[in-house]
Amino acid sequence: MDTPINFTVNGKIRTVTTDPSRSLLEVLREDLQLTGTKFGCGEGQCRACTVLLNGESVASCLTAIGDVDQQAVVTIEGLAEGDKLHPVQAAFLAEGAFQCGYCTAGMIMGVAGILKKNPHVSGAEIISQLQKHLCRCGSYAKYEKGIHRAVAQNGKAHA
Amino acid sequence: MKTNSPDSLPADLAADNYDEVVARVDYDFGVSRRSFVKVLGAGLLIAVTLPAISQEEGGRRRGGGFGGGGARMLGARIHLGQDGTITVLTGKVEGGQGARAELSQAAAEELGVPLAAVQMLMADTGTVPDDGGTFGSMTTPRTVPAVRQGAAAARNLLAEFAAQQWKVERQTVVMRDGKVFDATGKQSLTYTDLAKSEEVAKLLAQAIPADVELTPVKEWKLLGTPVLRPNARDIVTGAHKYPSDIARPGMLYGKILRAPSFGAKLISIELAPAKALNNVVVVQDDQFVGVAAPNSALAEAALDKISETAKWATLPQPSSAELFDYLEKNADGGAPVNPFARELTGAKTVRQTYHVPYIQHAPLEPRAAVAEWTDGKLTVWTGSQNPFAVRGELVRAFHLAPENVRVVIPDFGGGFGGKHTGECAVEAARLAQAAGKPVSLRWSRAEEFTWAYFRPAAVIQAEASLDAAGRIATWHFININSGAQGVETPYAVGKKNCHSVASKPPLRHGSYRALASTANNFAREVFMDEVAAVAGADPLAFRLAHLENDRLRAVLEKAAHEFDWTTRIKDKQADTGIGLACGMEKGSFVAACVEIQIDRKENKFKVSRVCQAFECGKILNPANLLSQVQGAIVMGLGAALREEVKFENGRITTTSFRKYPVPRFDDVPELDIHLLDRPDQPSAGAGETPIIVIAPAIANAVFHATGKSIRALPVRLAA
Repeated sequence: MDTPINFTVNGKIRTVTTDPSRSLLEVLREDLQLTGTKFGCGEGQCRACTVLLNGESVASCLTAIGDVDQQAVVTIEGLAEGDKLHPVQAAFLAEGAFQCGYCTAGMIMGVAGILKKNPHVSGAEIISQLQKHLCRCGSYAKYEKGIHRAVAQNGKAHA
Repeated sequence: MKTNSPDSLPADLAADNYDEVVARVDYDFGVSRRSFVKVLGAGLLIAVTLPAISQEEGGRRRGGGFGGGGARMLGARIHLGQDGTITVLTGKVEGGQGARAELSQAAAEELGVPLAAVQMLMADTGTVPDDGGTFGSMTTPRTVPAVRQGAAAARNLLAEFAAQQWKVERQTVVMRDGKVFDATGKQSLTYTDLAKSEEVAKLLAQAIPADVELTPVKEWKLLGTPVLRPNARDIVTGAHKYPSDIARPGMLYGKILRAPSFGAKLISIELAPAKALNNVVVVQDDQFVGVAAPNSALAEAALDKISETAKWATLPQPSSAELFDYLEKNADGGAPVNPFARELTGAKTVRQTYHVPYIQHAPLEPRAAVAEWTDGKLTVWTGSQNPFAVRGELVRAFHLAPENVRVVIPDFGGGFGGKHTGECAVEAARLAQAAGKPVSLRWSRAEEFTWAYFRPAAVIQAEASLDAAGRIATWHFININSGAQGVETPYAVGKKNCHSVASKPPLRHGSYRALASTANNFAREVFMDEVAAVAGADPLAFRLAHLENDRLRAVLEKAAHEFDWTTRIKDKQADTGIGLACGMEKGSFVAACVEIQIDRKENKFKVSRVCQAFECGKILNPANLLSQVQGAIVMGLGAALREEVKFENGRITTTSFRKYPVPRFDDVPELDIHLLDRPDQPSAGAGETPIIVIAPAIANAVFHATGKSIRALPVRLAA
């Protein structure tokens, strides 16, 4: 049965009245037109759909919208502050880290989530936590450079 | 100084020699049948007849070669806006391989303007010239020169226009910083001034002269530099709209009923349970059954309800366990025999058979399309490597005039040779036709793993003999089923007999990154190591002794040098294997040395280093080239180590990334990549060739470490 669900997306309060078993990914994309978050597999195997839920990175394809009631979601569209890119976005852009770019939003949200939890984490530690993120273009080496660059930038910000 | 370059194409790039493998799903929603279709209620549509869908069963067809006539008129290639915009039009697509950056560079270079002054309008069949499909590494050798010619012609127009305006000699006009100046440097004109002139329409209606002078390599300012993808910022902010992201007013989301196995036919289905749901559109058109609903969850629920009622007639189908026997048994006319067999008496001979399984491209964005009908005209946004061919599929399926169908390809999420067709576009259009509203159809991952086409499986038979000096005297090499690309040997051998023969493919197969070259280079390069072993020669020395092509020799020597092959092969380390391979394809040359570490206790191994040398003529964008080479190595690693499509009686069983694991961060070895720049050589494409040496080099490293040859992919250690 359709149920009203209240949550924040990128700081804005949203209410959707829908079947609570639908995925957060689908509601973001189809009901809220936030298509920056991508569908890659629908079973948590590729993480193209990664968003931050209360600051933690999650696979939005495996998260039921009903479970998001009263919670806070941040998507790729909400990461930059106005024109100022998040350090991970800026680093991936500077390195030209991606090829087709379809995994990029998920990759950025995954790294941003890890950095949010621990701003002093090393690049190597971040990479070891990204096993679930799939890049079929095989752009991993450039993503690694981007991650090291983001860590260096982030370190400065938190010094 | 200008030269008449665009560089002559290597012989193997001639259009008629290029044969894409395409297996299209030829839907036919016939016009005559449509009159039997009744519309009931709010957009609900029921077919009361059962027209046919002719689905090619993995048939191999000429895909039309390179295709596309390009732009004849200048105005078809370049649009000059009165607001100062310069738009370059091309039928090429951007699927992550870097065409958008490279073509922007090409245009800006010849126009003499900054990169940011040029915008690319790509792959909108309503607007752009047909530059052929984006495959076969053709963008660099064919479309870059075509765009440069158009841009250079526009630059000449501006200079001539200025000379006329100022009543001066054309030769006195100089181009600088995106403007033309007179000899005094006091008067200047821009492309905007040209755009605002009364003559512009007439000028742009001229044909692009074939002999227009292009900027020579040594004067390049933009080509040859590492340029980012122009819309890169939209990728990191999530603003870019991929085909899956396109939204239209009132749009519904679709789902298609799929058969339980290849070859299964729908006998009956109850549509009522889905029709009972609010706002759900249900379509049946013979074997085609689909639904559309205001959201995907509802569409899935509706499809589930009717799927349960479907009755199917199935036919026995081959399974992956018997695949190679099946292909060999069904080889067209039988596998050719070795014509040199009688000469082999007394000679040292080697004879082996190699197996290459079906694999999947598995682009991260599954097939997706949004279709919209307006007054009998159809517009489809979709992810495909071949916009004009997709338009052709829609024209045929709906019996429309080509001018009433527009296909738009937004930059999409990966192709790798796997998105040459338009079945998803046709399916979305059929649903939209029934719904009377735009429909977005996005294939699931399982659909992508099952109903997209596969890289063909191969059985390859190789036989060679050595003369008294240890050189290859005869070479017999037969590819069954996967194709001719790369079947010839690049080595100088006494006599050779290299052929490909078709078989009866049990799955729908098609192009893949480097086509059959992946299979043929795997078998040839592994076989070379086996022959070298019989000759008692080092794999590197044995290859060099048979190599006459200087460019191939150069990359092999470079990779071997950087890897320190000659020292390392003499000093064998326990549990470490090294292997090498080389090859050439579509005007580019590659060699790789790899190192693997064997874990004998677990009986597994890891690739620890790949040292690759690659040469594709003059480099146009070194950053993008590095991405392409890195990506090809990683994709090659997947095919070498794990990827294999399994199927049971016509049903694909590897339908998820769990069951079909592709490379992840952990798999990436140390990458030591050497890009050789050859300004004296024409630029060749680079998205494909770097993949062809990865699997054989890894297999050869296992052979080196264990003494046991690897003759099948994916590489597995002997139990």
